Order: sequence, then structure tokens, then C-alpha cells
Amino acid sequence: MAQSPVDHATLQDLVASTDMAFVQELIEAFLEDGREQIAAMRQSLASGDVLVFQRAAHSLKSSSASLGALGFSSQAKDLEQLAKQGSLEEAPEGLEQVAAAFPAIEQSLREFGHGA
Amino acid sequence: MERSHPAEAGHLLVVDDNKVNRLLLGRGLEQHGHSVEFAENGVRALEMLRKGRFDLVLLDIMMPELDGYQVLEQLTTEPDLRDIPVIMTSANDELDSVVRCIEMGAEDFLVKPPNPVLLKARIGASLEKKRLRDQQRQLIRRFATPEVAEELLANGFELGGKFVNATAMFSDIRGFTSIAESQSPTDTIELLNTYYTLMFDAISGQGGTVNQMVGDGLMAIFGAPVPHADHPLRAVRAALEMVELIQLFNQGQSAQGKAPIQIGIGVASGRVIAGFTGTQSRATYTCVGDTVNLAARLEAHTKVLGHPILIDENTWQGLGGEIPATEQEPTQLRGKSAAVRVFAVSLPAEVPEPQGPR
Repeated sequence: MAQSPVDHATLQDLVASTDMAFVQELIEAFLEDGREQIAAMRQSLASGDVLVFQRAAHSLKSSSASLGALGFSSQAKDLEQLAKQGSLEEAPEGLEQVAAAFPAIEQSLREFGHGA
Repeated sequence: MERSHPAEAGHLLVVDDNKVNRLLLGRGLEQHGHSVEFAENGVRALEMLRKGRFDLVLLDIMMPELDGYQVLEQLTTEPDLRDIPVIMTSANDELDSVVRCIEMGAEDFLVKPPNPVLLKARIGASLEKKRLRDQQRQLIRRFATPEVAEELLANGFELGGKFVNATAMFSDIRGFTSIAESQSPTDTIELLNTYYTLMFDAISGQGGTVNQMVGDGLMAIFGAPVPHADHPLRAVRAALEMVELIQLFNQGQSAQGKAPIQIGIGVASGRVIAGFTGTQSRATYTCVGDTVNLAARLEAHTKVLGHPILIDENTWQGLGGEIPATEQEPTQLRGKSAAVRVFAVSLPAEVPEPQGPR
């Protein structure tokens, strides 16, 4: 993974076209949503529900890209592709990588959000 | 119509299961002056669309409950919702899905997160198209009978003519010119308005469409654009009702010391060329062809024969004996090489004969 997991230029563009308070709201929404999606993916692995897994990965891919977490987004995209092909065999490993990457994303987004 | 409208503000519905997307889209739209509501899945979106009035929907494809495809499919089956434009919002690796949505009736698409300039342009263009469609809808409602309007709104315009079997009717007021000269212009216009109101009621009551009004005359079509297999019967029923309504109207006229009016009606059935004619700013549904000419000639011939309702052979056959009619002398009509069989529809009650030529 790159040193900064979040592209701050994307976030700065967002602030420029909206405002900081709004971007902070977005970040909070993403963090909350991201945790839920990761939990949903773990659950769907247990129950074998490919569609739920695919949808959660899709959602994570989309919102992380909007906030400049591009590497994370492409990991989520790989998971979505796996599910699209109908096989979740390789998914647990990929999911754990995504879950493991999440705290760094969170930290980087919060730093930005607090003007660090 | 002005060439370019500033993007007008609309009431929009953003449908997305992802909160970040909802916030981002909503913010972008509100910045352009639109009011925005949100639905987090397809089921909720349909509920809101049925309840409220929205100018545009931004629709995500992948959603729980009901996905974008299912929402689109449902929208096209509901007459009240089918004309609301839908812009798909998608990830940039979903373009094949977007193509499918556009084939299903979506108007356009936007890749998330949307570029602000593109967002503004696409929303503006879609709202403008919606505005034009709404305008067209209003015009249809104003100028067509409710039945025809429903038909047109449900199935759209069939541009270009086609052959259809239909019945054409012409009707006018006997001696109208002398009536107009003998009374005030206000009375004349009021008389015409009452006359048209009565005639429209009788014609649309039988599923016909009035497609021309000129002075004291009108033309109506039965069996098109709304198909009715029994169009000859419907046209003759309408004709009888028209004569009856005029009798009632005349009772009122004589009570006020005003002159009674008489009408003559010609009806002919057969193949006609039907379609929308006109220009971009004004169009009307019309029928042309021999059958239409024959109906006009028969209407003129009512003055000669002194019967208020004359019909041609096809119409007479279409009555199947349900309404009595008496055959008249075959007549040589203008524009016809052979003599034409002419039938006078018998009136249920005594009706004063139409007065002589104007």
C-alpha cells in the first residue's frame, strides 16, 4: 500500500467545491458505512450470500473512491469482481486485507478532517 | 419558445443505498438550486414517487430490496410515473449495466462521484426535456378528448400516416349565415359555443374525436385514433344525439324568442388515411381520403334531400339494422364517377325538416 492511503488532493477538491463541515460529514458517513459493509461481508461469507457480499463490496468501492481512498477502493473492487463471478472461495483472504486496511484509512481521513 | 432556458430548479429524488453517495449527489444538486429528497432503496423510491411529485430521479443500480433495473421496469408500467426522467448513477466500471438501463428507458447516466459541470449539464438537459414533455401533455389534454388524450399519453404519438378503417362525420348549421346576420355578434358567438359544446358531448360520448371546427361546421372521426370496431354505429348514434340535442336547444331558443337552428350531418365509413398533421407548434389528428370527401358531400346533400342525417352504404351496412334508415335515390356526387347509394337515418321522433338551401 502507498504511504498515504488517502489522496488528499481529492479531499481538497471536495472541500473547495463544498466546505469543510460537509466533507467532515462525508467522512463520518463513510466510516460508519464502511464498518457496516465490512461486517455485512463477513456475515455473508458465513451464510454464503454472494449477492449481499457483492453489493457491500460495490458500496465500499464507490464511497471510498469518492473520498480519495483509491487503493482501498480497488481492493474492494477486486472483492466485488470475485462475487460477480459467483465464487467466494478467495474472498475471505481479500476481505481480511480490506478490513486490515480500514484503520489506516480512518486515521488518514480523520487527520484530514481535523485539519492535520 | 425561447431557444435556451436557464436550468430551472426541480424537485429531485436521489436513490442510493450508500450514504456517502446520497450526501455527495444531494449537495451537488442543492448547490444548483434543486430541492432533493432521498431514498435508500428501490422500494422506498417507488413509494415516494407515487406519493410526491418529482421532476427527475437519480437512480443507483446496485441496491438491496429492489435494484435499479427493477425500479426502471416498474416505472415504465405506471402511467403516472413513466414520464419522469431517470438518470442512472453508476461506478465507472458499470458501463455495460448503464447501457442496459438506457435500453430500458433511462434518460442518461452519470458516473459517481459526479463531475460538477457534467452533473449540472445533464440534470439541466433532462429537466428541460421533462418540461417540454409536460407542455406537450398539457396541450394534448386541452385539444383532445379525454379518451384520445389517454390513448396518446399511454401509447405515444404514431407519427406518420396509416390506413385505418374509420367513420368520418361532417356537420353544420343550416342557414347559419342568415342567422348570424340577424343577431348581434355576441349572440352569434354564444350560439356557436353552445352548439359546439352540445356536439362535442354527443361525439365524445360515443368515443369519437372532433378534429376540425370551421365556422359553424365540424368534422369528427370515429374508430381512430382510438379503435372501435363498431365505429359506423357509434357515429350514427352520435348523429342522432346531436339532432336531439339541437331540438332541446331549440326549445330554449324559442322560449327566449330566438330563432331555432337546424343541422345537417353526413356520415361515411371506409378506409381513411389517418395521422397527425401540422407543424411543430401546432398539430392535429386528422383523416383524409375518399371516405372523408364522401361524408362532406353527404352533409351538403342533406340540404337537397331535406333529411338531417345522410349516411353512405358502408355506414348503413355497419348499422346491421340496429338503427333504421331509408334508401334514397342514388346520387351523383361531386368528385364521384359513379352514382352513390345514399341512406337517410330515421329519427326516433318527429323532427322538423331542415330548411332549404342557405
